[in-house]
Amino acid sequence: MANFYRDNEDIQFLFKHLDLSKLAELQEEGFNFAKDFDYAPADADEAIQNYEMVLDSLGQLSGDFIAPRAEDVDREGNTLNEDGTVTYAKGIAESMEKLAEADVMGFTLPYRFGGLNFPNLIYSMANEIVSRADASLMNIFGLQGIAETINAYASEEIKQQYLPDFAAGKVTGAMVLTEPDAGSDLQAVKLRAFQDEAGNWILHGVKRFITNGCGDVLLVLARSEPDRNGGLGLSLLVCDKGPTVHIRRLEDKLGIHGSPTCEIFFDNTPCQLIGERQRGLVTYVMSLMNGARVGIAAQSLGIAEAAFRVARDYAATRKQFGVAIEKLPAVRDMVIDMKIVIEASRALLYETCCVVDQYVSCEKRLELNPPTEKEQLKPLKEKTRRLNRLASMLTPMSKYYCSEMCNRVAYDSIQVLGGSGYMRDYASERHARDARITTIYEGTSQLQVVAAVRGVCSGTAEKFIAELAGKDYDPQLKELLEKLAEGMEQLKTAVAFVKENGNEYMDLYGRALVDIAIDLINGYLFCGQASDKQATPRKAEIAKRYVTRNAPKITALVELIKMGDKSTFTEYEAMAGPVPSE
Amino acid sequence: MAYNCVVLIKQVPDTKRITGEAMNEDGTVNRSALPAIFNPEDLNALELALQIKDKFGGRITAITMGLPAAGVILREALFRGADEAILVTDQRCAASDTLATSYILSCAVKKIDYDIVLCGRQAIDGDTAQVGPQLAEKLGIAQITYVEELVELKDKGITARRNIGAGWQKVRAKLPVLLTVTGEANEPRVAAAKKMMRYKNARTAVEVMQKTKLENEGADEADIKKLAEHKSSELEEKGLLIKQWNLDFIEADLQWCGRSGSPTKVHRIQSVVLSTKETKNIEPNEQGLSDMIHELIDDKVIA
Repeated sequence: MANFYRDNEDIQFLFKHLDLSKLAELQEEGFNFAKDFDYAPADADEAIQNYEMVLDSLGQLSGDFIAPRAEDVDREGNTLNEDGTVTYAKGIAESMEKLAEADVMGFTLPYRFGGLNFPNLIYSMANEIVSRADASLMNIFGLQGIAETINAYASEEIKQQYLPDFAAGKVTGAMVLTEPDAGSDLQAVKLRAFQDEAGNWILHGVKRFITNGCGDVLLVLARSEPDRNGGLGLSLLVCDKGPTVHIRRLEDKLGIHGSPTCEIFFDNTPCQLIGERQRGLVTYVMSLMNGARVGIAAQSLGIAEAAFRVARDYAATRKQFGVAIEKLPAVRDMVIDMKIVIEASRALLYETCCVVDQYVSCEKRLELNPPTEKEQLKPLKEKTRRLNRLASMLTPMSKYYCSEMCNRVAYDSIQVLGGSGYMRDYASERHARDARITTIYEGTSQLQVVAAVRGVCSGTAEKFIAELAGKDYDPQLKELLEKLAEGMEQLKTAVAFVKENGNEYMDLYGRALVDIAIDLINGYLFCGQASDKQATPRKAEIAKRYVTRNAPKITALVELIKMGDKSTFTEYEAMAGPVPSE
Repeated sequence: MAYNCVVLIKQVPDTKRITGEAMNEDGTVNRSALPAIFNPEDLNALELALQIKDKFGGRITAITMGLPAAGVILREALFRGADEAILVTDQRCAASDTLATSYILSCAVKKIDYDIVLCGRQAIDGDTAQVGPQLAEKLGIAQITYVEELVELKDKGITARRNIGAGWQKVRAKLPVLLTVTGEANEPRVAAAKKMMRYKNARTAVEVMQKTKLENEGADEADIKKLAEHKSSELEEKGLLIKQWNLDFIEADLQWCGRSGSPTKVHRIQSVVLSTKETKNIEPNEQGLSDMIHELIDDKVIA
């Protein structure tokens, strides 16, 4: 009997710490849905009750049903059959059936399509819980952004065609973007979309590395404007799996073995256009990717939580030199650091989700029900723009920070277990293999930094951190807050220096700049948690350790940035040496 | 054709989580120390009813006889797809053995239009497996016990495969029929999010009364009653009032209920002492004791 929600104090604490009633009010648009849907909440308290019940129940399912199957799923993997169909690992198929039964496959979809209309924050909590049980299952459970994209941009007819089936868990989907020559650079997509004489859209070409490409509903990025290079030549189309969609290959991967990664050949596949032509990459896929990035951040958290728990347990029970190894300073330190970075990542991700939820609801209001008075419309537009900028910075930050964190934690989990951790008898090695992809897919860490650093250097980070600094904190945290304020001043000098040195220099030191900003944001978030009356004293200890230990790192990073060292550009060939010959 | 199903469920102490406080000194179960759960095989009975409904249609009514606290498992039945839930509760039910229980349940079931009655094979607290068969007798209908598979349901006939210990047997019966279902019959479904959202605040009248009392401590009894009735009618309007029946409503003959209707006599209670040949040192303190008990639970030595 395990419940991955109930046994996680930090998630439960954040559930109370964050302002869920405000989020519920935005999400439920005045609680009018209760009139038409008997399961929609009538007020914020009821909405929060719903969120918690569903998380509790999903926590139970994850602990009791999904997690015990994860090891077999990892060993078994998926199978590409001779007829081109794909058979999921047994545990994945069984868990998907349970998730459909549990009614959680339309987490964020509107009520009218049978969804739960939950905010992204709660969905991220759910994603973390499921990923802790089986990281590879998240690649199917966590793909609900596909339905979300159809909901946001497709015609009513397409929505009616697909969304009820998504919500009922009858179909799963795939984001079909990557091609052999278009990975990080999606502007290079070549797969063709063209219209026949009757005006019906048809797809032709090859896609690669497609997560759950064997799913029922495929969202395909394709070149609909043959004469137009770059992103503006691309549109987003939706098609069903069928005789013209050939799965040619399943990748043999390092980790997430339960998630089928497919190569697909579209042989003149009929499809439908989502939204407008040419907006495929620039609008729809960008939005889809942002959701997916938040999803990967949550997946990373789940893997880290699972890996940490193995290490925490082992450190307490394994005896060497006559004592539990957690009595040894080096192990002790590792365990604490693992725990703290997990909580820091969770703080950052959940904060990001709150911002994304606010942004989405503001945008929805502007689109569907804008205020008629100019005095109200203008500030709403202003707020939406501000939230958009903030979400565009925090999303890549979270994806970057959580995925890098999860690799570090999974690595250290093996380290704590020593030789045993290297063996397949313990789950740590699976977590480490599952973790490895998180810094790569849905945009590499390097690309997340490129996106985030623009927010750090354009003043978005500065404004947000100032906003955080202006909140009320427990007076006992004064010293920490001073350290954070000092860090902010240091960051400003680094940003000023970078600006004088141009964009290329900014990208060269992007990671250092983003790291500083994240450390400051997390520092404030920890102080906020420690100031919460419901918090246990350990939160103050964690805030103290996090802020004080990061202060010298921030100083060092600022110094590094301000050294002005450009040898990476000038001395690359000399230092990297020649390209290896055979 | 559609079939109406009645599923009989019971709230039981979770005997898989026995700890030091679980037994009273006199050898009886300390119910307050154990979490109360949905009797596992009753979930299999409910699942079978849900599968019948999914395939053929019809209504599912879940009934439990028990204390007001049993409202929890009625909600769980609603979360999984039961159409209606009924609590049979009455202080005069206290001390009922299986004979009295099956009599009371038969009176309740007779109030409902049904084709199939489903029970779990047995409850994990008493482990008697008697209530189902006794109930069928009292209803005067056919029974198939130890069902592990529903083979066919067609018109007014049912075929089921039952476990007979060393093998199995296929039995055909005419409807109406009573089935007792084993844990092997199916994998019970989980609660559905939308149904949880819909029914989370469903309550029985007695639960509403208890809560109102708690919230208005010291207030006049009559006022509390009025307030509780008002709250109950509000729930009823929303379709969230769980039906509550007493012995008068189900027209039970009181001499067959409770203590007077229960011929069972406990002859002796044996206190079982576990012994082992291999030895292991347990620290003689709270922690050592608790660790040992958890180890035994993990090893499924005690369950």
